[in-house]
Amino acid sequence: MAIDTETAARVAKLARIKVEDSDLPALAGEFNAILGFIEQLNEVDVSGIEPMTSVTPMRLKRRVDAVTDGDQQDKIRANAPDFREGFFAVPKVVE
Amino acid sequence: MSRLWLCRKATKLAIGDAMLDLTYETPKPKVIAGAKHDWELVIGMEVHAQISSKAKLFSGASTKFGAEPNANVAFVDAAMPGMLPVINDFCIEQAVRTGLGLKAQINLTSAFDRKNYFYPDLPQGYQISQLYHPIVGEGEVLVDMEPGVARLVRVERIHIEQDAGKSIHDMDPNMSFVDLNRTGVALMEIVSRPDIRGPEEAAAYVIKLRQILRYLGTCDGNMQNGNLRADVNVSVCLPGQYEKYYETQDFSHLGTRCEIKNMNSMRFIQQAIDVEAKRQISILESGGKVVQETRLYDPDKGETRSMRSKEEAHDYRYFPDPDLLPLVIEQGWVDDIAASLPELPDAKRARFISNFGLSEYDASVLTAETASADFFEQVAAEHDGKIAANWVINELFGRLKKDDLEITSSPVSPAQLAGVIGLIISGDISGKIAKDLFEIVYTEGGDPAQIVEDRGMKQVTDTGAIEAAVDQVIADNPAQVEKAKANPKLAGWFVGQVMKATGGKANPKAVNQLVAAKLGL
Amino acid sequence: MSDLNALTLAGARDKLVAKEITSVELTEACLAAIEGSDSLNAFVHKTPEIALDQARAADQRLAKGSQQDPAPALCGLPLGIKDLFCTKGVPSQAASAILKGFKPEYESTVSQNLLDAGAVMLGKLNMDEFAMGSSNETSVYGDTVNPWKVDDRRLTPGGSSGGSAGAVAADLCLAATGTDTGGSIRQPAAFTGTVGIKPTYGRCSRWGIVAFASSLDQAGPITKSVRDAAIMLEAMCGHDPKDSTSSELPVPNFEALLTGDIRGQKIGIPKEYRMDGMPDEIEALWRDGAAKLADAGAEMVDISLPHTKYALPAYYVIAPAEASSNLARYDGVRYGHRATLDAGDGITEMYEKTRAEGFGAEVQRRVMVGTYVLSAGFYDAYYNRARKVRALIKQDFDTVFAAGVDAILAPTTPSAAFGLGEMQNADPLQMYLNDVFTVTVNLAGLPGVSVPAGLDAQGLPLGLQLIGRPWEEGDLLNCALALERAVGFSQKPNKWW
Repeated sequence: MAIDTETAARVAKLARIKVEDSDLPALAGEFNAILGFIEQLNEVDVSGIEPMTSVTPMRLKRRVDAVTDGDQQDKIRANAPDFREGFFAVPKVVE
Repeated sequence: MSRLWLCRKATKLAIGDAMLDLTYETPKPKVIAGAKHDWELVIGMEVHAQISSKAKLFSGASTKFGAEPNANVAFVDAAMPGMLPVINDFCIEQAVRTGLGLKAQINLTSAFDRKNYFYPDLPQGYQISQLYHPIVGEGEVLVDMEPGVARLVRVERIHIEQDAGKSIHDMDPNMSFVDLNRTGVALMEIVSRPDIRGPEEAAAYVIKLRQILRYLGTCDGNMQNGNLRADVNVSVCLPGQYEKYYETQDFSHLGTRCEIKNMNSMRFIQQAIDVEAKRQISILESGGKVVQETRLYDPDKGETRSMRSKEEAHDYRYFPDPDLLPLVIEQGWVDDIAASLPELPDAKRARFISNFGLSEYDASVLTAETASADFFEQVAAEHDGKIAANWVINELFGRLKKDDLEITSSPVSPAQLAGVIGLIISGDISGKIAKDLFEIVYTEGGDPAQIVEDRGMKQVTDTGAIEAAVDQVIADNPAQVEKAKANPKLAGWFVGQVMKATGGKANPKAVNQLVAAKLGL
Repeated sequence: MSDLNALTLAGARDKLVAKEITSVELTEACLAAIEGSDSLNAFVHKTPEIALDQARAADQRLAKGSQQDPAPALCGLPLGIKDLFCTKGVPSQAASAILKGFKPEYESTVSQNLLDAGAVMLGKLNMDEFAMGSSNETSVYGDTVNPWKVDDRRLTPGGSSGGSAGAVAADLCLAATGTDTGGSIRQPAAFTGTVGIKPTYGRCSRWGIVAFASSLDQAGPITKSVRDAAIMLEAMCGHDPKDSTSSELPVPNFEALLTGDIRGQKIGIPKEYRMDGMPDEIEALWRDGAAKLADAGAEMVDISLPHTKYALPAYYVIAPAEASSNLARYDGVRYGHRATLDAGDGITEMYEKTRAEGFGAEVQRRVMVGTYVLSAGFYDAYYNRARKVRALIKQDFDTVFAAGVDAILAPTTPSAAFGLGEMQNADPLQMYLNDVFTVTVNLAGLPGVSVPAGLDAQGLPLGLQLIGRPWEEGDLLNCALALERAVGFSQKPNKWW
């Protein structure tokens, strides 16, 4: 399955990584090399095999319903690039 | 030819040990007349109900509404590097409880998946949800439209997921502001089949679902705070197409749907469906095609519009969350939850009808909330159910509504109301006096019998005293007596005069009899 | 006393308890070594004040120590911490520009466990960006240079825990934390003549460690000896209620299990690891190691792990897929880098520019490959198939262990350390092949340890890997001790830096 520059651009968009148009052919080439390598998996007979869900099976851990966290705006905002009036600020989102 | 809505349907309900058959007719679908022909509506709903937990689904931060922005935020909620989710046990239990309440299949093994998309109020860049293996499978909601008419809406699934945060777009001209207080709060997404056939049914569905959730205690149903929200999938089709879909479950018989996001009022749900259906009809009638998309209802403009931001990222790349293991629950635990379920609205209503002889309407009103049903039952435990229903619905509810009070903060207790009714039944006070007494109890409190005693409100049943009053009125009004003899209907005038003369305390039945006898009617 | 920094954990511990040295002296020796090591570029954030405060506190604790109330296991021992671990108030960047300036308000469970055990933190160690790499060349801090050198060639210490392995080999610290997603502890350990163990998945809490691939990531120590690995691993491990995948099994006293006696142990030699084009030196090292274990009384058996060949391709589906999602949180909203925007740029441009500027080429590549394999229509063909192959790989190991095999012996890497920059123009797949002997262990969630086993013809260290049964790190370390004793590797790099 060959990946063209259009697919590479779509993937970059989905991943929210800006890739210059001029870099798309090289990116598509790398994708093709990696995916070609991955294609080996098609040689394996996986019929009747369940996909692995957890490598070390155990019961899912659970918490009791109690408020044990929060009330720490100073720590939540400490690393924020743009924080105003109690909120994280981002460029305007158009809905 | 049996059109679907003409079928009589029946469902069985357990009332104590007995099974009760509820029969009902299905309502007619909403029909919109187009320029060329009629169109029918087909609606499916995804209701997001906030689980009534104290802490969030995967973090220990509070779910309390109305906190300072970004106060109810744990590092997990802010998706700080290296943070990991650990699930809140209570939330799992509430989802199971809800599933059982909707008579649904409970899946002993379910799993969490990541739904990946970028949005500023989604810090992880993914929402933890359950796509491939939801905790609850097929269930149902019986949606009451009017006495004897109901729609059985199939529930496809219920899954547990995280809520997103809140983006505020109107605080700054160039920036959007993000509050993560709601981020990570536990939701149940209750997905219906497209079995809802009109705007009123859609609202009724949400009302019924909300009622069941509140009965179960799994969601407070507060729509104003956004604790119950609905995404509405609307499509239109030609008459007859829906029946073909229903028989085959083949969606190709139906029209292309649009999803209207995030509705949190019954009124807007109905308006939006109506507006959206008309939009689709006009597209179809002018030869166009409806594009499947997510839309937003603008109540100010009364229109729906496409949500660009949601359309750009349509590829959610779901995959099992590797931070969480599959969720395995035990049948014994599910059985314990099932055994602890309260009586649900349909059963309670049926029991009120059969045990207390109430009308379906009265039973529905009384069972709308558990608190009012409980109140009624306490009153009815001592007296006739019909009289109790009449007093609870007409007097108490009316009075509470005037003061904008909930039944839970009623100034009159069930015992007090039962006391008032008891005085009527024993003949101590008349119905009219009872209303005065109720008002006194409502505003001032106190034991009704004591108040009647203290304030001399007791009805006069001493026939001697009443007789004297009747004689006096007859003696004072000879002309009226003549008229009454010619026209017995005028006897009521004498009754009124006697009541007036006795300050309303005379037993009306005794007055009636004496007046009739004295006038020789 | 000179060269305190060259001590092992066990050696320094014994001297501290015997009051022959103080933690402050030990720590100062390490800090001095670090100061003179800038050309290695192993320590990227130095924390001398924190270290000395902790050393002073440790000395007080040691002074109070008695038979009845001994000081904790790592009391006063100076360690380096990989930059992937979040350390409270100390820059924690995962060697990425996107986390520039990020100082966590919390301490990872593993580093907290070490601090609770009395350890002294010297600073943060270089690594491949987000642990994605096998040569430490993808770091925003620049390459770490291997203290082992041939002529004038600057060599890679391996990756992703290259800074950790290099720092331990160069005696900048007594030991260091690493993380291992596909071989990131064992491969650098092999390249630097150190010991590195990746425990069973679930042994070490992942809480507070920047996630790469959640179902594969495990922390572990890089040390100067097998005994040190046992001491430090025990301190790192333990159940953590904050990590849903953390095991509740009790952690044994690994050091107490070290006897070096492996008589009667069955050790498997997997035929599928004998790959085409494997250098003779590696082949000979492996054969020699097997012979020595046999001499020590182990029974060597030939085994088959038939799906080995598919481990690397399965890994290169699963790891990037999980990474693409795990790295979505680096969006410039709540912490880390945010791109400067042009007029008219909206939220999408903010994301795209921030992530293009903040992520290096390899991270971008893996995030995009992961995005692709999870995207609509490919999920079953790639991701689900890879998970099925992963189940088969685990089954291979289960079968072998069920047949009575106690441990498996294999080379750690297909070569010795290569030159920095030498793989620059090779296709990314060439670099990925470094993990060929190590990824199977991550996919199966097993414990694996690399033990230095000899030098190649150029004089560079080579490692052998032992793979153990799940949760049996104690037995595995005991086997590693037997190997360590049998091969008697004691060489150190000549100081040139």
